[in-house]
Amino acid sequence: MKPAAYWHCFVGIQTREWLRFWQQRTRFASALVRPLLWLVVFAAGFRAVLGISIIPPYQTYITYETYIAPGLCGMIILFNSMQGALSMVYDRELGSMRVLLMSPLPRPFLLVTKLLAMGVVSVIQVYIFLFIALLVDVEPPGWGYLAVLPALILASLMLGALGLLIATWIKQLENFAGVMNFVIFPMFFMSSALYPLWRMNEASPWLYWVCQFNPFTHAVEAIRFSLYLEWNPLAWGVTAGVTVVLVILATAGFRPQRTRILGTKPA
Amino acid sequence: MKSLLRKTALATLIGLSAPAMASLAYVSNEKDNTLSVIDTETMQVIDTIAVGARPRGILLSKDFTRLYICASDDDTVQVLDLATRKIVDTLPSGEDPEQFALHPNNKHLYIANEDDAIVTVVDVTTKDVLAQIDVGIEPEGMAVSPDGRWAVNTSETTSMLHWINTETFEIEKNIVIGQRPRHVEFSKDSRIAWASAEIGGTVHIIDVDKLEQIHQMSFKVPGVNQDRVQPVGIELTSDGKYAFVALGPANHVAVVDAQTYDVLDYLLVGSRVWQLDLNKDETRLYTTNGVSGDVSVIDLDDMKVIKSIKVGRYPWGVVIDPNS
Repeated sequence: MKPAAYWHCFVGIQTREWLRFWQQRTRFASALVRPLLWLVVFAAGFRAVLGISIIPPYQTYITYETYIAPGLCGMIILFNSMQGALSMVYDRELGSMRVLLMSPLPRPFLLVTKLLAMGVVSVIQVYIFLFIALLVDVEPPGWGYLAVLPALILASLMLGALGLLIATWIKQLENFAGVMNFVIFPMFFMSSALYPLWRMNEASPWLYWVCQFNPFTHAVEAIRFSLYLEWNPLAWGVTAGVTVVLVILATAGFRPQRTRILGTKPA
Repeated sequence: MKSLLRKTALATLIGLSAPAMASLAYVSNEKDNTLSVIDTETMQVIDTIAVGARPRGILLSKDFTRLYICASDDDTVQVLDLATRKIVDTLPSGEDPEQFALHPNNKHLYIANEDDAIVTVVDVTTKDVLAQIDVGIEPEGMAVSPDGRWAVNTSETTSMLHWINTETFEIEKNIVIGQRPRHVEFSKDSRIAWASAEIGGTVHIIDVDKLEQIHQMSFKVPGVNQDRVQPVGIELTSDGKYAFVALGPANHVAVVDAQTYDVLDYLLVGSRVWQLDLNKDETRLYTTNGVSGDVSVIDLDDMKVIKSIKVGRYPWGVVIDPNS
């Protein structure tokens, strides 16, 4: 297959995701409400209670809003990835995914391109969130906005691949509630998104280790450090490694004929 | 791209060949009996000097060659030679000296003796005690006006400012302000004095010509309980634009418009922010944070805290040596 065909396909999938995003502008806006509520309401209530000591990558004392902003960037990507994965489940039976998978290009290429396209939409949401966060004095250095881009894309790929992997096991759309309860919430709460890990260690050492083994923690830390122009090899290493493994597992496991939607039999 | 590389290389070469222009900050660590020396360029502690017991107030001689240290538990004022960083002398101080102020003549040192309810005036050249002035109970803050006319002492329990004539060494006026006055700072033209009242949670502005209070201000830090707002250290910029007030356990520094007395911002620093000092060109403000044991650096162009530097236990005072 010629490289031009790959490029053509890549552009096609990206464009389709863009069109879809443009048609669902209200969903896009409503997806921002969740992290903004956390930032403006939850963080404001806790800013004085928690008190953050100086921890890398920060050079001085920070407000709680500043601390949780990178975690909320992760939250946006996490929710988007799971919803995107859900739509892929739906699409593969009823929608454009079937058409897409009829392409002669390798399936892993098609799926990774699709994940990347979903990631771009998440990244745009994250940037809008970060600009709104300026209003509550979350002010990373200017270059941080550029430096965080690779971390955001990597996190999107990792969580998108995880969503895809989970999607292969979802038998019915209603099971998405289960995904919320058993994947999204534990991943989010048992991470460094809301509390620094040293504080978690003080409260419960076993919970600290659960957080340490949670790849979402490392995705959030990669975002946090990049946003403040610092390098965190552990966070990047774990996020990249888990991304590779999940992408391989997800693309290998994606079988359009395996699942049923709303109880219908596979075609 | 090549041009960018050339510029970068040039900048690197200039950076490598230029002499260090950094000034040094000295911080007294109350519980460690040490001074931390901070390179203000790299913002790192480069030296720690052992001094007397419980060092609190520190100040520079007017020629910036010596640093005076209130060694409170040794009941003495120590003199540190800045060139050698050695204690070269001690001065009689009365009991438990906490804060002091040097007259512009570079000779008369006014020392508040907390336990004895007196202010001791010492000639730093002859080491003679020139006067012991009875003031209110628990004298604490000490300041001398830049024109040398007034020395002001604050007494914590009597909640007063005692205005001492520096020629006669006698109190000419007492002004009652908020509870537990801690610190006084004069404007550069000596016309206005700012005094903080720790328990009162207020700062009082005094017209020096009339010796009358002209304004009283209070602070409200978002998300911080009001009883934690305890103003202590004050710094004023020489252009008369800004005042900075350390708010103690509120862990914030208030940025105040020195003309309108409006609070412009509250900047988050370490725990129990105590004393402040500006660098020579007044682009940065340094704060000592007693409980968290660090010094926060505030960039005054952006009005942002850019770094907090770990020092010893319970840092109390900070001075920047403009000549280092």
